[in-house]
Amino acid sequence: MKKLKYALFTGCTAKQSTPEQMMSTMAVADKLGIELVELTEASCCGASHLQDYDDFLSLVLNARNIAYAEKHELTMVTICNTCQLNTAMTKQRLDNNEELKAKVNEKLAEVGLEYKGTSAVTHFLYAIIDDFGLDRLKEMVVTPLSQFNIAPFYGCHNIRPSELQNETHKTAENPYNPTSLDDLIIACGGESVDYDEKNKCCGFHVELQAPHTAAVLTGNAIAGAMDGNADWMVTPCPLCHLKLDTQTAHASEAIGREVELPVLHMQQMLGLALGCTPAELGLNHHLAKVDFI
Amino acid sequence: MSTEHKITTQKVNFKVFRFNADEDYLPYYENYDMEVTSEEVVLDILNRIKWDHDGSFSYRRSCRHGICGACAIKVNGRSTLACKESMNDMVALFGKELVIEPLSIKRAVKDMVIDKADFWEKHDAITPYLVAEIDENPTTENLVSPKDAQKLDEADLCIQCGACHYACPVVEINEDFFGPAAFAAAYRFEADVRDNSESRLKDVNEERQGVWDCVKCFECAQVCPKDIDPIGKITKLHQMAFQEGVANNNVAVRHAVGFKKSIVKNGVLDEGGLVLYSEGPAIVKHLPVAFKMFTKGKIVPPWGITKSENLDEIQKLVKSSSTAKF
Ligand code: SF4
Ligand code: SF4
Ligand code: FES
Repeated sequence: MKKLKYALFTGCTAKQSTPEQMMSTMAVADKLGIELVELTEASCCGASHLQDYDDFLSLVLNARNIAYAEKHELTMVTICNTCQLNTAMTKQRLDNNEELKAKVNEKLAEVGLEYKGTSAVTHFLYAIIDDFGLDRLKEMVVTPLSQFNIAPFYGCHNIRPSELQNETHKTAENPYNPTSLDDLIIACGGESVDYDEKNKCCGFHVELQAPHTAAVLTGNAIAGAMDGNADWMVTPCPLCHLKLDTQTAHASEAIGREVELPVLHMQQMLGLALGCTPAELGLNHHLAKVDFI
Repeated sequence: MSTEHKITTQKVNFKVFRFNADEDYLPYYENYDMEVTSEEVVLDILNRIKWDHDGSFSYRRSCRHGICGACAIKVNGRSTLACKESMNDMVALFGKELVIEPLSIKRAVKDMVIDKADFWEKHDAITPYLVAEIDENPTTENLVSPKDAQKLDEADLCIQCGACHYACPVVEINEDFFGPAAFAAAYRFEADVRDNSESRLKDVNEERQGVWDCVKCFECAQVCPKDIDPIGKITKLHQMAFQEGVANNNVAVRHAVGFKKSIVKNGVLDEGGLVLYSEGPAIVKHLPVAFKMFTKGKIVPPWGITKSENLDEIQKLVKSSSTAKF
């Protein structure tokens, strides 16, 4: 099989508050033989907030990021649900509106770039499931995670709005009963935990303006996983990870119950199964204790 | 041209929420096993429960055509319009064991019937009508051009079913929050060229009740049977606040604006800088967690940030493509 190669849009979080996500992404890509060309020219995607202020600017910046992936003639791979949403939504809007695309390209031309619409945009989770294949992954597992109950936490922006996601990913995900992350857990040899909050919101985007709302959502998510008897949680989104891993004190206070579980990035879980060391996966960068290894 | 259309049947188990606020202390679930045909919608099942099993079973319905908005309920936790939702699709989504519940269990009055008072209060609160000086004796029609009508972005097609409102996680936590349907309605009138309301856009921009407390989960867009895309309308209300100069100088607004400031400077986001700009002196409340994050190597100081390559391009684009002011 041809070697898989993608243009990697790291997003900002992986370079700042979740360095472990960057480390584990590279470690896992290396193990799987996936080549990632980092888009070092990329800007922030606006994290689903910039467009509230300036929609056109947000479109232009995201189109610029995709244009760099197009220059490499590669599919863009994201490692953050919200980067995925912003980028895929930009692509959807430009690909379906010639007038808007022309307006955006008029701006991009000022810096010698053009958005063509030739590169697909997909999240690393779906790159693995759609392109790499779970069967192939299973064969490469050296340390099956068989003793663990693992609670998948999907994160809103990978599964909703499903119309956009199902246009973007080959795996048609049911937003009410998503399966991709469960399938990944099972491929790694783990037991996936079913619980009501797995496809719910972590509250990240109102952390500053509505801290109580945000904390209750985080608390409910961890509590749901705990009640489902999970040993740990896993998520494909660094923003969900930040909430679940660093905000347990607020979350516990908000829901009146002590909640805490180790929370791994999807790449860290893969890395463990593929035989990476905890140091390679940056497991020392977590706030919630990762004490099961 | 005759393509054969086959009607199939399958056995489905329904777990149906039952509760009578006048008699029952607690709700319970009744089991019904039924043969379901591929032609049926969820409302047909509700009808058959009432007609064939228990005449006291209660639910709302009127038009049977997705127009009145009365019949919204939840199937396996998903808000849906009973008269529009095909049983086949429900089985495809959830399998052959379906849980039928009212839109909001805590507001249940009798079986599927809920007290929707909060929904209507929120709706009333956003001034859900045109505010305009109307000439009482007009000599010509007050026409809206098709181009102007398009600005409503189909928000006027909302049938007030409440599916989105009771799917919204913020509505459940923050009782002041107007909710997605009320915001879609607010947008419907704000986008109307005839409207002159001075207060509506300000009201939906207030903290706690307003658009800035939306957590961007897209549950509302996912459930809406009329494809209104309430979160899309919420985004437009955000933008309007800046266009009309009514955006308050508060943490939420600065948080949106702060992204641009960061991008101009670094291309990428300066996470700490964004929190500082958004919170101002209130940043002290984040210090305990920030300190813990620092000890785990999760905080990069401003001077340690790796800026985007070709930053000059980004800066040039920000200059030439900005359309909003704060
Ligand atoms: S996107 Fe906003 S309004 Fe819509 S359901 Fe989520 S929190 Fe509620
Ligand atoms: S926006 Fe859609 S889901 Fe919400 S009340 Fe209107 S029609 Fe129903
Ligand atoms: S019965 Fe009127 S919308 Fe369903």
